[in-house]
Amino acid sequence: MSVPAGSPQPAASARSPPQLGGAAALGATAAAPAGPGATPPQQNGPAQNPVPVLPGYGLPSQSYLAPSGAGKMTSLPLGGQCGSYYPGLYAVPSSSVGTPPTANHPGAPQVFGRAAPVPPAMGPTPGSLHGAVPPAPHLHTSASQPYPAFVNHYNSPAMYSASSPVASQGFPSTCGHYVMPAVSNAACASVSYPSLPAGDPYGQHMFTSQNAPAGRPLREPSLSGPKPATSHLSPLPPAPPAPPQQYHQQQSVSGFNTLSWSAAGLPPAQDNLSRNHTGSLVTTNNNPPSTVADSLSCPVVQNAQPPKSSPVVSTAFSGTSSTRTTPPAATHPAEPVASVPQPPELLQQKGMQFGDYVNNRASSAPTPLSSTSDDEEEEEEDEEAGVDSSSTTSSASPMPNSYDALEGGCYPDMLSSSASSPAPDPVPEPDPTPALTTSQSSKIAKPFGYGYPTLQPGYQNATPPLTSGAQPSNTVYPGFQQYAQQYPAVNQLSSSLGGLSLQSSPPPESLRPVNLTQERNILPPTPVWAPVPNLNLDLKKLNCSPDSFRCTLTNIPQTQALLNKAKLPLGLLLHPFRDLTQLPVITSNTIVRCRSCRTYINPFVSFIDQRRWKCNLCYRVNDVPEEFMYNPLTRSYGEPHKRPEVQNATVEFIASSDYMLRPPQPAVYLFVLDVSHNAVEAGYLKILCQSLLENLDKLPGDSRTRIGFITFDSTIHFYNLQEGLSQPQMLIVSDIDDVFLPTPDSLLVNLYESKELIKDLLNALPNMFTNTRETHSALGPALQAAFKLMSPTGGRVSVFQTQLPSLGAGLLQSREDPNQRSSTKVVQHLGPATDFYKKLALDCSGQQTAVDLFLLSSQYSDLASLACMSKYSAGCVYYYPSFHTTHNPSQAEKLQKDLKRYFTRKIGFEAVMRIRCTKGLSMHTFHGNFFVRSTDLLSLANINPDAGFAVQLSIEESLADTSLVCFQTALLYTSSKGERRIRVHTLCLPVVNSLADVYAGADVQAAICLLANMAVDRSISSSLSDARDALVNAVVDSLSAYGSTVPHLQHSGLMAPTSLRLFPLYVLALLKQKAFRTGTSTRLDDRVYAMCQIKCQPLVHLMKMIHPNLYRIDRLTDEGAVHVNDRVVPQPPLQKLSAEKLTREGALLMDCGSVFYIWIGKGCDNNFIEDVLGFPDFASIPQKMSHLPELGTLSSERARSFITWLKENRPLSPILHVVKDESPAKMEFFQHLIEDRTEAALSYYEFLLHIHQQICK
Amino acid sequence: MEAVVFVFSLIDCCVLIFLSVYFIITLSDLECDYINARACCSKLNKWVIPELVGHTVVTALMLISLHWFIFLLNLPVATWNIYRFITVPSGNMGVFDPTEIHNRGQLKSHMKEAMIKLGFHLLCFFMYLYSMILALIND
Repeated sequence: MSVPAGSPQPAASARSPPQLGGAAALGATAAAPAGPGATPPQQNGPAQNPVPVLPGYGLPSQSYLAPSGAGKMTSLPLGGQCGSYYPGLYAVPSSSVGTPPTANHPGAPQVFGRAAPVPPAMGPTPGSLHGAVPPAPHLHTSASQPYPAFVNHYNSPAMYSASSPVASQGFPSTCGHYVMPAVSNAACASVSYPSLPAGDPYGQHMFTSQNAPAGRPLREPSLSGPKPATSHLSPLPPAPPAPPQQYHQQQSVSGFNTLSWSAAGLPPAQDNLSRNHTGSLVTTNNNPPSTVADSLSCPVVQNAQPPKSSPVVSTAFSGTSSTRTTPPAATHPAEPVASVPQPPELLQQKGMQFGDYVNNRASSAPTPLSSTSDDEEEEEEDEEAGVDSSSTTSSASPMPNSYDALEGGCYPDMLSSSASSPAPDPVPEPDPTPALTTSQSSKIAKPFGYGYPTLQPGYQNATPPLTSGAQPSNTVYPGFQQYAQQYPAVNQLSSSLGGLSLQSSPPPESLRPVNLTQERNILPPTPVWAPVPNLNLDLKKLNCSPDSFRCTLTNIPQTQALLNKAKLPLGLLLHPFRDLTQLPVITSNTIVRCRSCRTYINPFVSFIDQRRWKCNLCYRVNDVPEEFMYNPLTRSYGEPHKRPEVQNATVEFIASSDYMLRPPQPAVYLFVLDVSHNAVEAGYLKILCQSLLENLDKLPGDSRTRIGFITFDSTIHFYNLQEGLSQPQMLIVSDIDDVFLPTPDSLLVNLYESKELIKDLLNALPNMFTNTRETHSALGPALQAAFKLMSPTGGRVSVFQTQLPSLGAGLLQSREDPNQRSSTKVVQHLGPATDFYKKLALDCSGQQTAVDLFLLSSQYSDLASLACMSKYSAGCVYYYPSFHTTHNPSQAEKLQKDLKRYFTRKIGFEAVMRIRCTKGLSMHTFHGNFFVRSTDLLSLANINPDAGFAVQLSIEESLADTSLVCFQTALLYTSSKGERRIRVHTLCLPVVNSLADVYAGADVQAAICLLANMAVDRSISSSLSDARDALVNAVVDSLSAYGSTVPHLQHSGLMAPTSLRLFPLYVLALLKQKAFRTGTSTRLDDRVYAMCQIKCQPLVHLMKMIHPNLYRIDRLTDEGAVHVNDRVVPQPPLQKLSAEKLTREGALLMDCGSVFYIWIGKGCDNNFIEDVLGFPDFASIPQKMSHLPELGTLSSERARSFITWLKENRPLSPILHVVKDESPAKMEFFQHLIEDRTEAALSYYEFLLHIHQQICK
Repeated sequence: MEAVVFVFSLIDCCVLIFLSVYFIITLSDLECDYINARACCSKLNKWVIPELVGHTVVTALMLISLHWFIFLLNLPVATWNIYRFITVPSGNMGVFDPTEIHNRGQLKSHMKEAMIKLGFHLLCFFMYLYSMILALIND
């Protein structure tokens, strides 16, 4: 496997990276046009002569080009083809642009003089590197060369030998640097500027450890100033940690960071929707019942276990037995049951002993680790920071890393000792009693985890059977007896955390058959949570948050045959770059990865002994590098299993220069704006410029941030914003057939150096084109220009388009037939009309440029074709149908809010994402916005926190020899601060071999989202009706397959397991979704946009889009309310989406994700209308109302706090519509009531009958 | 005359065999991650039309020279080639589309197709060779 090397630049990588780096950096500073056609040398030459430029923006391009004789620009004297147009508009010195104070006087003559100074030598250099890229396939072939190079680098055993990594990376001896600056990336979901704190805390390290690569100086300023550690704690305060006394004691004594407990306890249990970003701990919150189910069986197994392994174990457990009675769950505040009092002194004692042990270790350790002494001071600081910021979770209870022991003796290359042990019973019991197996695994694992921290060489050799790692410490080394006993004790604690379970009845709740046709209220009153994988409690705690990483089946079937039998889709849903409130950030010289499959070390690997770990994806045994042996959190040596990488399923690494093909790029933003008549008429420029002005300082980036503007109608206008100019200068290129950059630099300028000019331009832009009569739009050429401008650096291009592109390359024709909008048969033209935008996107993707499209059209604009530019370059698409500033204020407001989020949200550049999964599984189809560069590598020019992905999986080989499978996504990106970072998520799921268990673990929301993605693909590649049929068949097949597994079921009704009881409802919702509905009039662009959304929205948002939430808000009470930041947020029950819930007396709130509707019934209580809406009675409510007034009344406060709370949970601030019962707008509202019958579609009950009929057929 | 027909077919068949091998090699390069999808597809798309033309010409030649059996043997493959070329959606960059080649097992099916064609062309090769020798002897 190759390193997920970041910037794919094929040509670039063909050369030696450092060299390229230099060149790229130079190119960046010079902004040399590296695009193929730019021919910098020729241009530079002639440009040396300053050319007189006419006043205003109308530049006589002819005179500019004349010397070069290239004739690229159509000669444009004032009387030329556009003569009548330009002089009138632009040549007037200061009337059109004159608004800015720095008036528009002819200061322009130097423009091209300015262009000239581009170092002539510079031009060719980047040109030769980049210029050849797109058309030259042979360069692509060579692109693979650097990869093997990296691989070799990594695979060379030397790298992993104890000390060499440090040396070979050329870093000074800072190898001990293992810091937990933590949290820094934290960002509340709704807080607008998440990335601010990022990167600061490790400033020191970056200096010490990363000076080596050249070409860095630019970055350093950004790294200065470690952030005060207090800021990291900010997420914590609101939470009163549930049972403080217990774990605080433990924390204080045990010597390592247990703050994470408080993190877990932080959110009130109900709050998990918003707060459960805390990582692995989350899972327990989400599903108490199943945790509980596991745990009861634990004690039983524990008792049964000891005799099995070996006589010595009993001694080991004798220590345990004393503590077994302690109700350990008390330490886990997330569990509601945690109130069981724990004898404080017991814990204290335990902690003491534990700390004791740690100290022993620290003092007695031979410490081959050099760095401990070297950088003592610095590290101490770091550790402090790490502890304070406490992004580590759950270090309090030691980890059972060797669940692998369960995998049925599949360790061919393990220790000899393992071979000698007669495969300690690990036969993965099938799952009727999964709890049993898992708890066994924890049982087995635990002693093992503690056995190895010793450093005495003899000890390792003596390590007897795997299962009883603790036993030798008791017998052979009496000196260690104490800790050997302590550990199991602590262990015991964690394993019996589950001891609070209530029942362990074999058929889990999720399997209970539900008769759908008889169950009238199928929708639960509370939101549906992700099912928790049936793992043992420790793994559950460690597992990745379902918000980031979800699988459609939380019990993975053992074979493809079983999966086929279940008829459920198998796939992953990812939200990898989500805004997290807590994220451990790890700075380490060596990022520990499996040597064969390149998996990052994660909580689910097993440590064979203290020097080796076994990869959980490919089962290769790897060495633990020296640096990894030192745990900075405990300041102890020899505890690799307590490192944060092994304690958290979601971590972020600061990557070294090995992960770069060029120096990290700066943040570069280019805006490509449509200024044709149509666009000016719609009036978006004003909103955009205003929003950009407000957020100019908040754009993510460092001191290198660059920004540029291009506007276009039938020609392309560039803006020279070079620092030192008195005003922005417009350069017009009218040769749209062969676009070139009029000046190689100064089009993309440093944001801070040219800030005044940028502000001038933004102030001037909205009024510059007010009188334009140009209706054509040359989008394609403008995009080509943007590509040329961006290709030396990469970055983000934001395209604002308001109509069909009508000129130049990529022009499109109207394909929509309005009469076909409500056709029930064929919906055509869902695919792109031309491959121009796709090619452009791929070119952009190759140069690390993402194109974001804002389509603000009032009529058909062929989004299906235009969206390709974003789809394959990892951009995003925003669509505002019938946008108009004044005629459609709600859209304008939406644009404004979306832009705010868009400008300020976190962004990652030149990213790649690789998804790995356990051997035997394979990925075959990806959904989302990206380019699949190789089988498991997604090339993402940009990554944003609102992007979701989906992957379909298949089972290639039987998973019979393993009990757990793992999935890992690694997202390598350049942060806006110019740091290379890797965010790693790891998900662990159990394997089952019975059909019932597969159904028990089905995650209906994930399944429906995956099905929606598949249906989009199907409707584009085949037809919409095919996709609809496939959706219906998915329900029919899975429910009939389920019916056949439960033989004694009476076939009186439509039966479904509880886990799938919402499946038909959601599928019906999908069928009535804009993307897939037929019969209802749907504009083609709306439909295509809905499909784009399905493809790239993360699960949480997509679910709201598919199945909105309906609440009754006229009788909000504080019953069951949650407290968020001193606010009381009422929690009304969910209503089903049916008109029967719309009582005339009520007021209902519908949350559709990107839009809220408040429906007011005709007979609605006047008190409510007055208190909440601020109007005396129903009749006086205006037709268009999009805000709730801030009234002092209780019900108003409740309603507003509820709506604010709902809004907080999503990135795009939704707009609110108040819909009166009589208003024409109510159709909008009613189309979301998916359980009702419409002219073209079945009601929910009819749909059930239809399915039932299909099944019985 | 007949000999000339078969000599031409033989040469054409050799070219097609080489093309199939080239397809297989390039696709397996992609499979092994030696080249990226973009490069692979632009390489392959270049040869889709030559392959199509080459095969159609042989098929037509067989029809003209009234070798019914060989014509019927070639017909399905030629039809498939044309069908595949015609049904490429307007937004795709050719028969091989870099954005989709990794999806839904397309790579595998392309590979399979190339393998089958290779086998088919080898078969044809020997058939033409035999026929050519026969024709030469008869002359």
